[in-house]
Amino acid sequence: MVSIEDVYHVSRLAKLMITEEEAEKFRKEFEEILSYFDILDEISEDVHPTFNVLSISNVFREDAEKDGLSQSEALLNSPRKEEGYFLGPKVVE
Amino acid sequence: MRISEWKNILDEKGCFEALSELLERIEKSELNAYITVCREEALRLAKEYDRGNLKGKLAGIPVAVKDNITTKGIRTTCASRMLLNYVPVFDAHVVERLKAEGAIIIGKTNMDEFGMGTTTETSYFGVVRNPYDLSRVAGGSSGGSAAAIANDEAVLALGSDTGGSIRCPASFCGIYGLKPTYGLVSRYGLIPYANSLEQIGPMAESIEDLALLLEVIAGKDERDSTNSGKSFLFRKERVERIGVIKNMDASEEIMKRFYDVMSNFEYEEIDLPSLKYALASYYIIAMSEASSNLARYDGVRYGHFSPVLTSWSDYYSRVRAEGFGTEVKRRIMLGTYALSAGYYGKYYLKALRARTLIIEDFRKAFAKFDVLISPTMPSLPFRIGEIKDPLTMYRMDVNTVPVNLAGLPALNVPIGFVKGLPVGMQVIGNHFEENKLLSFAKMVEEIL
Repeated sequence: MVSIEDVYHVSRLAKLMITEEEAEKFRKEFEEILSYFDILDEISEDVHPTFNVLSISNVFREDAEKDGLSQSEALLNSPRKEEGYFLGPKVVE
Repeated sequence: MRISEWKNILDEKGCFEALSELLERIEKSELNAYITVCREEALRLAKEYDRGNLKGKLAGIPVAVKDNITTKGIRTTCASRMLLNYVPVFDAHVVERLKAEGAIIIGKTNMDEFGMGTTTETSYFGVVRNPYDLSRVAGGSSGGSAAAIANDEAVLALGSDTGGSIRCPASFCGIYGLKPTYGLVSRYGLIPYANSLEQIGPMAESIEDLALLLEVIAGKDERDSTNSGKSFLFRKERVERIGVIKNMDASEEIMKRFYDVMSNFEYEEIDLPSLKYALASYYIIAMSEASSNLARYDGVRYGHFSPVLTSWSDYYSRVRAEGFGTEVKRRIMLGTYALSAGYYGKYYLKALRARTLIIEDFRKAFAKFDVLISPTMPSLPFRIGEIKDPLTMYRMDVNTVPVNLAGLPALNVPIGFVKGLPVGMQVIGNHFEENKLLSFAKMVEEIL
């Protein structure tokens, strides 16, 4: 069972504002989708999880300096900027 | 159109003229395959070609690029309102490779928003129509790339495949489309949806053209830490041991066409029991990775923004509510749920365990077979708007998602028509055995 509170809880965790209408629609859909996922319950805990299919690990490169983006390039797509910085919302209340 | 046909046109009327006609065709098209058409730059390069200044394996060939692949100076939207005005300041690895080989990027193709869909119906820019029936979908998520090839609006195209997004539209539009082995093609510049599953891949009208495009885009790139460093060179290989996966799904009419074609080959049937977990495992992993990847859209550095700066939490939540479409929200939220305290073990970790079982099934199968075959899609192209329920839509990926979980290469091979609509066969190979897939596709081509 997925409650409407569950949906709002997840929307807060995911930082997604949702409308009442969306919440009710998602509640029904999530219930159906999550119950489909229950098929995985029959898998034993003894099976190791696979995080990545490649067997490669620890790919290193030379710790050498390289050119990155210039300040103006980095700021190009920002809607708000000030004196070469991104201007964001207030973080500390 | 094949490269060979395009080259004949180039010889006949020159690149500028040929490309002008192609651009006109795109303009008049009803398919909605492109989000952005790079008219001026394409025509500039065409002139360079005509002057003999454009060289390389793909010189003068118009290539369409899916709009989740980063192109410097060309708007890249992921078919999302979130990135409506985003203009990247760098090129993806594959785009660098295209340019180095003289390709002409003709435009950026329509897709499901952030690659999340099977029909392109989740695109902010509207659905891509099927070239064989305008009332039907072209498939997704790389629907624009597939439709562009099928309707001669490009000669080659790049797509990306997280759970079938190259193979599904290739099947629905009757072309070749390959999801390469995980790690063969650099993901640098592919705007991420689910990193551990996705690959950029080639789409084309012929096997040789597809192989040539793969040769160009495959290879070492240290900016993608999962890149294998391997390159690709097309050569025919012997394919003798053919397995048909028995427990993959398709409608009766598709199965009939599929087995009609397979009757020309000697094959054995094989059951991969863990495939029953594939769809659930795939969606949990893809949604979980998406919930993390799409956290970057904060309305500060790039993308959609809100005019009023409120508190961080409020601002961030509002920007994302406005910028993302419903399917993207659905997947971010389900992924967040699957990773949240108390559910990580039940959903995410279980999905990763299922992944191990699926990999193991394929490993055993490839000890016995060179290639594994199935229908690509369980259904003929759907009517636009036909599938409304998300879970029903997810189920349409049942045949295509297993290879992404196992990192295997898989190719859609067009095998004719049912009721005037294209049908595709999926050919799956072991890691880095793309040549076996292409060689088997040649065998199929010869008997058709």
